[in-house]
Amino acid sequence: MTDDHAHESPRQASTSTELHAPDHDAHAAGHAAPLWLLAAVFAALLVLTGATVAVTQIQLGPLNVWLALLIATVKAALVVLYFMHLRWDSPFNATILISALLFVAVLTGAVIHDSREYRPLLDRPQSTPRRVAVAGQRDRRRPSRAGCGTAGTRDGAK
Amino acid sequence: MQDPETGTQPTQASQHHDAGAHGQGGDAHAHDHAPHLAHHFDTPTQQFESGKLGMWVFLATEILMFGGLFAAYGMYRGNHPEIYLYAHHYLDTTLGAINTIILLASSFTVAWGVRAAQKGQRKLLVTLLLLTLLGGFGFMGIKAIEYTSKFTHDLWPGSANMFYNPTLNPMFADANDPRAAQLEAIRHLEEYYGIRGGHGGGGHGGGHAGAIEQPRITLTDDADPGDAEAASGQGEAPGPSPAVERSMINPPAVGAGGLSEEALGEAPSHVAPHMPAAAAGATLTYEDLPPTEQSRAHMFFQIYYMMTGLHAVHVLVGLGLISWITVRSFRGAFGPAYYTPVDLVGLYWHLVDLIWIFLFPLLYLIH
Amino acid sequence: MSANPQATDIYGKPLPADADNYLTHSRGIASWLLTLDHKRIGIMYMVAILTFFFVGGVFALLLRTELLTPEATIGTAVGMSEDEAYRFYNQMFTLHGAVMVFLFIIPAIPAILGNIILPMMVGAKDVAFPRLNLASWYLYMIGGTFFLWVLAKGVLNSLFPALAGFWGGGGLDTGWTFYTPYSSSASGTAVIAAVFGAFVLGFSSILTGVNFIATIHMLRAPNQGWFRLPLFLWALYATAIIQILATPVLAITLLLLAAERILGIGVFDPARGGDPVLFQHFFWFYSHPAVYIMVLPAFGVISEIISSFSRKHIFGYKFIAFSSVAIALLGFLVWGHHMFVSGQSAAANVIFSLLTFSVAIPSAIKVFNWVTTMYKGAIRLDTPMLFAMGFIMLFTIGGLTGLFLGALAVDIHVHDTYFIVAHFHFVMVGSMMFAFLGGMFYWFPKMFGKMYNEFWGRVAAAVIFIGFNLTFYIQFVAGSQGMPRRYATYLPEFQVHHVTSTIGAYVLAIGLLMVLANWIHSLVKGRPAPANPWGHNSLEWHTASPPPHENFLRAPRGSDPYHFDQWHYDETIDGYVLDPEQPAGAAAPQPAPAHQR
Repeated sequence: MTDDHAHESPRQASTSTELHAPDHDAHAAGHAAPLWLLAAVFAALLVLTGATVAVTQIQLGPLNVWLALLIATVKAALVVLYFMHLRWDSPFNATILISALLFVAVLTGAVIHDSREYRPLLDRPQSTPRRVAVAGQRDRRRPSRAGCGTAGTRDGAK
Repeated sequence: MQDPETGTQPTQASQHHDAGAHGQGGDAHAHDHAPHLAHHFDTPTQQFESGKLGMWVFLATEILMFGGLFAAYGMYRGNHPEIYLYAHHYLDTTLGAINTIILLASSFTVAWGVRAAQKGQRKLLVTLLLLTLLGGFGFMGIKAIEYTSKFTHDLWPGSANMFYNPTLNPMFADANDPRAAQLEAIRHLEEYYGIRGGHGGGGHGGGHAGAIEQPRITLTDDADPGDAEAASGQGEAPGPSPAVERSMINPPAVGAGGLSEEALGEAPSHVAPHMPAAAAGATLTYEDLPPTEQSRAHMFFQIYYMMTGLHAVHVLVGLGLISWITVRSFRGAFGPAYYTPVDLVGLYWHLVDLIWIFLFPLLYLIH
Repeated sequence: MSANPQATDIYGKPLPADADNYLTHSRGIASWLLTLDHKRIGIMYMVAILTFFFVGGVFALLLRTELLTPEATIGTAVGMSEDEAYRFYNQMFTLHGAVMVFLFIIPAIPAILGNIILPMMVGAKDVAFPRLNLASWYLYMIGGTFFLWVLAKGVLNSLFPALAGFWGGGGLDTGWTFYTPYSSSASGTAVIAAVFGAFVLGFSSILTGVNFIATIHMLRAPNQGWFRLPLFLWALYATAIIQILATPVLAITLLLLAAERILGIGVFDPARGGDPVLFQHFFWFYSHPAVYIMVLPAFGVISEIISSFSRKHIFGYKFIAFSSVAIALLGFLVWGHHMFVSGQSAAANVIFSLLTFSVAIPSAIKVFNWVTTMYKGAIRLDTPMLFAMGFIMLFTIGGLTGLFLGALAVDIHVHDTYFIVAHFHFVMVGSMMFAFLGGMFYWFPKMFGKMYNEFWGRVAAAVIFIGFNLTFYIQFVAGSQGMPRRYATYLPEFQVHHVTSTIGAYVLAIGLLMVLANWIHSLVKGRPAPANPWGHNSLEWHTASPPPHENFLRAPRGSDPYHFDQWHYDETIDGYVLDPEQPAGAAAPQPAPAHQR
């Protein structure tokens, strides 16, 4: 999609008699990652594993889970960039990975957001103080949610 | 399901040597058949890049497949944080951490192995692949130990789970009062796992040792079975049980996948005084959970089994693939000119590692 | 047209009698079942998919017959009790939907036409991963076998009721959507087998998508840049994106559903602490994009046909190309419009409703460009063009009624009525099936080296168009007046709608059988096809019909696929030929007409 400036295809070079551009060949041939780099990445992964266990000792409230996810993401990035060679790989492969993650984020985000929206309505018959407290707490951020418009529909559906 | 993917690899690329590419690029035309070049590719480079592209696309599908499970996880954790907070104590963090390190190490050996293949170091490659296999089997062994210890305590996946809705749970089908029978069984289980104080848990108490030591808190006000019965009234009970009361005092700040610890952390009246303030994670018991959450407590185990089970299936597939690669590299099939299968199987194995990197904190390190 | 008994090459010269072609390249059943040739795999797909299309069609006729009278028509006729008759109807519409969606609509264009044409369009000898391609066919067959097993159990159970105690329920009555908790806890039918079937078919679809993406990326002909790809390939590329990103979510959904039914994990069952809305999120995260898996390849086929039979360069190439990708991506963001009344939150309803309207933009861009391509074109009303023009009309109606449904307030009124049924049949049958048939006629000469019978092709197109509108147009009316879907019985005032619809269904079936008869007859008796009967310039026409085993005798070079000037009509073969002095492809880099730059 991006190489629209020329009518090129991957087979272009092979049928012409030109040499490959050197930088093109470098990534195509596969980059042999230096051993010290692989070892350093492995060491960093171990340190981060220790860190993720250690931070559970710290009370950060809801931030704990985000911190754990952040550390996991850093670890995953190290694995992807160096162990999986993505740093030296065709950028399109990175595009594939990133779009996969984006779509997971879309799905997860929508599901979590939606379920949090409708959940108080589902639990209302049983909602003794806890639900009230939760709803009240959220009202600070979203004042309109108490008068949620689909309440009637939902009761009908139930 | 991965086999068809890698099944194409025998047709795939032989690879330019770094030096050779420039030397031969000019005269590499259609008649120059490298031994592994399939008929519909023009050059080994094109074939290698195609294989890699295909593998990355396939990995994207794997990510989305697990993505569905992560979405389910996030949704239940966001809405029912207490369940996760309570039930994760049944997982053995030490074993989980060991497994994390094992998988990371096996990822390292595979990455090194790809390098060895690129450099043509056959013996090193075979050794590294064998080490990777060892890691994979070690991971599965530990996983088996974890699963078995849960099965022996009736923490099954599905309706045989201890926490399953008692009226539906086959375990308590013939009890007069399934609810009471379930509560009794759960109390014993909590004692065994050291979640509930008293007679000291069994062997698994040690599982939380070391850096991740969690203080065992005895909650003082929930021992009365009468209260437990009240709590079981599916939320109809007008006089709130201690469990409901506590939840009211400490409403969990429900984040998207976020867990409210601050609330429980500031609950000194329910926390035994000897507890170090820094590690104020009170260990909930089943009866501390609000009644609506009690009937959902089994959901943690269902999601745990689905996530780790699907991951374990992927590990098994990976082991099969690595065994195949090992045999072929032992026979000297790979070298600087052709190592595509090593590279692609390596990518797959790293993905298995990646998934676990997220599963470990999300399942074992809930806080 | 003068009948020419001999096959010719792209220069109009007769092919030698022993010329290699993929159909006769090797013989024997094993040479087909173990083939790695994308064209043969496509043919095997064609046989399998058309078989399941027939099965799904039989169910369609059964359920339309059931609806002839307000009471249980078939059930009463064969002496079922009322309850049995209603259950029978539930199974009819479920199996019709499931077989058509999973076994026909989703794979049809990519797996048949895509498999056969895509590698030729990029001038390659095969797809990037031929073994994966064959594996995907076998996965399709395994998935299809699961569905046949579901059917067989259903039929045997109704003949010998004692069997149900032996191997459990047969058939399927959950609706093709498998909604929980009915499917996970209540239904007594063979849900597990159907779920595994759909799961396996999903992997078949994924493998096809992987192959298409890698092929389009890596195997394009020299000089064939992204903007010299025929629009069919842009459409297939966009489809492959969806297959890659959406199908795995269906896989995990179905795994969870199976685990729920087998183990009782209860993730989707409110009685066990689960959430059925989660199931719907998962299911539609796949199944809404799957609608675009169905219809995007159809857009691609139509772009080829419209340009070809208008003898005119496609108008707005880049707009059509990017609108395919835009539809693929936007299609992922609108799944919630299936859940407006399912308990989804109000906030999500509003967001999804808004996003749903945005999909109309790229769709309308396409329709506009097709119509503009036809404007002042030298239109040739051959069978593929008739189907394509039918497509444009029916897709416009289907798409616009989709906007009604995307509007929250209207949707609540017409939800679960025949309005929905009519809408999605206009999109799935009126659009996808018309494009599929048009594409099959269009590429029939290339695939088999024989010309179909033009007269009967046109008659069949007309009959199908009439039958389709008779069947489904009136369902808009019935639905907007309140006729709910998925009921075996209805109020007597709706009988006129249903009878019309049923008559239309039979007309439609007759039209489809005429198509089948035409194909079979032409395979045997058709005159040899010229290499390029339509004068289109995409690369699949730059080789003989049928193509040789490796597609091209000489590797082609890319050129503007919609630039037709170098092809000259040769009336002795009723086809278009190249001037031998001007080698194919090499002659192409003439500047394209200014209007398309």
